[in-house]
Amino acid sequence: MAENAPAVELRTSPHIRNASSVDQIMRNVVYALLPVCAFAVYQFGISALALILMTTLACVLTEQMFCWFSEKPGTINDNSAVVSGMLLGLTLPPGFPLWMAAVAGFIAIALGKVIFGGIGFNVFNPALVGRAFVQAAFPVAITTWTPAFAPGRFVEFIPSTWTFPFAAPAPVADWVKQTSLVIQETSPNVDAFTGATALALQKFQQVTTDVGDMFLGFSAGSAGETSALLILVCGGYLVFRKMLDWRIPAAVLLGAFVSAGFFFLLDAEQYPDPFFVLFSGGLMLGAVFMASDMVASPVTPVGIWVYGILIGFITVIIRLFGGLSEGVMYAILFGNAASPLIEAVTQPRVYGTGRQRKAES
Amino acid sequence: MRHRFSHGVHPQQNKELTVDLPIQRVPFVGRYVLPLDQHLGAPAQATVNVGERVRRGQRIARPGGFVSTALHSPVTGKVMAIEPRRAPGGKFSPSIEIHADPFATQRLTPNPPIDWLSLTLEEFIHHIQWAGIVGLGGAAFPSHVKYSMPEGKKIEYLLINGAECEPYLTNDHRLMLERPDALLQGIAIVKRKLGAKRAIIGIETNKPGAIDTLRAQIKRIHKVDVMPLPVKYPQGAERMLIKAVFGYELPATKLPRDIGIAVNNVSSLVAIADYFGSGLPLIERIITVSGSGVTYPANLIVPIGTPLREVLRFCGGLREATKSVIMGGPMMGQPIGSLDIPIVKGTSGILAFTEKEASTTFELPCIRCGRCLAACPHFLNPSRLGRLAKARRFDEMRAYRLTDCVECGACSYACPSEIPLVQLIRTAKRESHQR
Repeated sequence: MAENAPAVELRTSPHIRNASSVDQIMRNVVYALLPVCAFAVYQFGISALALILMTTLACVLTEQMFCWFSEKPGTINDNSAVVSGMLLGLTLPPGFPLWMAAVAGFIAIALGKVIFGGIGFNVFNPALVGRAFVQAAFPVAITTWTPAFAPGRFVEFIPSTWTFPFAAPAPVADWVKQTSLVIQETSPNVDAFTGATALALQKFQQVTTDVGDMFLGFSAGSAGETSALLILVCGGYLVFRKMLDWRIPAAVLLGAFVSAGFFFLLDAEQYPDPFFVLFSGGLMLGAVFMASDMVASPVTPVGIWVYGILIGFITVIIRLFGGLSEGVMYAILFGNAASPLIEAVTQPRVYGTGRQRKAES
Repeated sequence: MRHRFSHGVHPQQNKELTVDLPIQRVPFVGRYVLPLDQHLGAPAQATVNVGERVRRGQRIARPGGFVSTALHSPVTGKVMAIEPRRAPGGKFSPSIEIHADPFATQRLTPNPPIDWLSLTLEEFIHHIQWAGIVGLGGAAFPSHVKYSMPEGKKIEYLLINGAECEPYLTNDHRLMLERPDALLQGIAIVKRKLGAKRAIIGIETNKPGAIDTLRAQIKRIHKVDVMPLPVKYPQGAERMLIKAVFGYELPATKLPRDIGIAVNNVSSLVAIADYFGSGLPLIERIITVSGSGVTYPANLIVPIGTPLREVLRFCGGLREATKSVIMGGPMMGQPIGSLDIPIVKGTSGILAFTEKEASTTFELPCIRCGRCLAACPHFLNPSRLGRLAKARRFDEMRAYRLTDCVECGACSYACPSEIPLVQLIRTAKRESHQR
């Protein structure tokens, strides 16, 4: 045996590893996002499909490009760029011009991720960095929503989708009006679609959308934000696979619900009821898939709750008192920025110290 | 009153490789190497000279201090050398090398049982120390130190560690199945001598046979209980076991004996029973040889000092595809670079892994998923400790309670980015000590 002893390697303990890996986690997030994307396509048609594909492609290519430039091994295999791209696409209005979407994808990875050192080092959720950029750069396009369930959605694109780069997007108002008329003719039970989101309706026109419709996803909005139920189911899958910390969405929703409930109790006339807040706009998508971005959120048990509740609270403040109808994006970016600080002050209690020792003496 | 310790991980157990194999005795081989520092504390001091003939069971080194134990010859033979030899862990340790006498029968002359009932506590502790008995769970901490109490303090509870939470290892399991009487005798001796009120044997529920066997035997004995524990790593860590059994979180600044608990491994108690029953000092121990790189996995009684090579030869040798050889369990065991390294008192197993278990890993950046925090049984922040260790910021690490880490490896196990967290922490501990 001594003669042909195998060449052994010296590795330090532990000698066995959990099978789970980063790319497996990211791959499962992609799986969880697929039904949300599919529903977006079902609702908004091929425009939404093109949009999501474009942002994903832009994110992956950007990441690959930077790997080439820096002569580092490619990192697109970890699927994190795919996740960012899909999430970005889901937060944009379905008729968002594709070239703008490509810009958003580029900014998301370039300024949101690569510049900080790639996966694991991003301070902010990359998808939201991209979205924040286009929100500032193209304020009109990003607030132009189109109605869901347009009749020809699977054969024709929303006019603004194929806008030529740097040209003004094709106005969709006429198209929206036309589409709404068709919808009303074919199914008179459905309310006229104006394309305005439930949040905008509530904020600027004091029209309340049915909470049930929003929960199931039959209202206008960004591509992937509309069905709270579907997002919860998909998030539930990740929680089940232990790839999503349920505490983050729970904390965000709790924070939003309690803050909204407080204002609703103060003045039920002026402020929306908390269930409306919970199921409207991007809160559900943000809470389940965005705020829970592992890299940009705290890891300490107490910190997670502080972070989530803070995001929920800021969302409500922006929605009720800000100039925008939606505040989830900025709330999460703010939470991301605050998370190192939150983590620093919420270090976990070490075993056999703190609480217990006090109780003893 | 079911308690459990928080956090921890659930590695695949893989105990089925050896769990049904009865303990076998390894034949005597030609050469034995006995490091003098194979227990925690001060090294033992050799009391034999080169060229001297020794009998099996004869003392060859005496304790080098209070936290130290004696060492005995595992065979009848001749002392060939007292010089540094490669020891587990990789470094050279002063060792006694004994060559077995090929013509000796190696039969032990049966000693009359020691009348332990009439011993005082001091005499009892002295006996344990000079019998060379240490904790056989892996740490090899001299057992008598655990029994020596400061004035006015007393051990109330004897906690017996039958958790065997390391995957692959089945030596304690087999011992509980095959020698429950010896285990209970050991418990009875220690319990009586320390005046403990109760004895509790903590066993993970993946060993139903051991639980049933012991329960069946226990009925006659007073105030000894078996407590089944849900399977989780690191259940066998002292502080985790205390939490799981008593629901009490031992303060970080205290030792189990400060609150009147003595924690012992099942094998240590069998060693005590054997010593008082037949005068046999600690010259052999039970180990598990397992893993996909071993031709015939087994549970073995091995004389202390047997070179790994001989144990593996007995098990049919290593397979060609073997990638790594480990002494101990897969979670905390040490990698082995030379098969000349001997089995020592703290060796609970030998594992040989092929690509199947020891897949090559690439370290990726931390994605801050928080799994290491959820794994750490001491509620530390391994992610942060690892980052600080890479930056060599040892003082900050101490503020994050670096020294509370028991190096169980749960953080590294859980990490999806394959960051060697426990190794970073381990080296940081050593280096921050040296400064």
